[in-house]
Amino acid sequence: MDQDSSDWLEALRDSGPRREHAVARLHELLLRAARFEVSRRRATLPHLRGGSLEDLAIQSADDALMAVLAKLDDFRGDSRFTTWAYKFALLEAAVRLRRLGWQGREVPLEPASWDAFAGGGASPHDDAETRELLGALRVAIDDQLTPHQREVLVAITLAGVPIDVLAERLATTRGALYKTLHDARQKLRRHLADQGLDIKGVAG
Amino acid sequence: MTEERDTIRALLGPAGPELTCERCFEELDRYVDSELAGRDPDREIPGMGAHLEGCPACREEHESLLALARES
Repeated sequence: MDQDSSDWLEALRDSGPRREHAVARLHELLLRAARFEVSRRRATLPHLRGGSLEDLAIQSADDALMAVLAKLDDFRGDSRFTTWAYKFALLEAAVRLRRLGWQGREVPLEPASWDAFAGGGASPHDDAETRELLGALRVAIDDQLTPHQREVLVAITLAGVPIDVLAERLATTRGALYKTLHDARQKLRRHLADQGLDIKGVAG
Repeated sequence: MTEERDTIRALLGPAGPELTCERCFEELDRYVDSELAGRDPDREIPGMGAHLEGCPACREEHESLLALARES
């Protein structure tokens, strides 16, 4: 473990003024990370005032501070302590901002939302292989996936719904949704391969 | 790369084995510091790169952490 990381851990595990000072410094660090994330995404949230975004950054830093202090023993020193701590604040801020961005918006789950992509949407410039693959993919999405797999795939990959927003709307977790997405993708890949379609050239 | 090819790639996701979102979050700091140190993060953490390719939310978080850690 590098010296700076070791110093952070020692101070945060201490007691009295040294610990208080370290916690205050850590909160400053996390607030910086949360503000950084707000700044990166500000353009996607033009309806929000600066004061609301600063409140969001402070709430994110507060929650990240609790998470970091609770997980201090999980830090293995495989990275810098500051990089490890930053990720908690970035996640807190990102989740809040994504939810705000979708507040009041309907999450598209119906096949209609991907018709434009998966139908005859291939441009004249696309090669025959791409058009054939798109057509087969559309049929496979309809025929091979369960309704839940189809909803998750459409929402996340075509409609651009953030996975944590979808998890909140469907009362599930991000991990469970990603597993559904992963299973759906594997099923589609297997089906297309069984049909003799070469997907490697387009999708690896 | 056409929009249609991007759509197919998004629908089918990465070809190889990949981490879960939870494991991705656990390893994100190590992956980023490995990148910044000029090492080979995909060899150190197999399946991470594939997950970042397939999961838009984790990809965004990776981009943010990389940018922030680079400034620090």
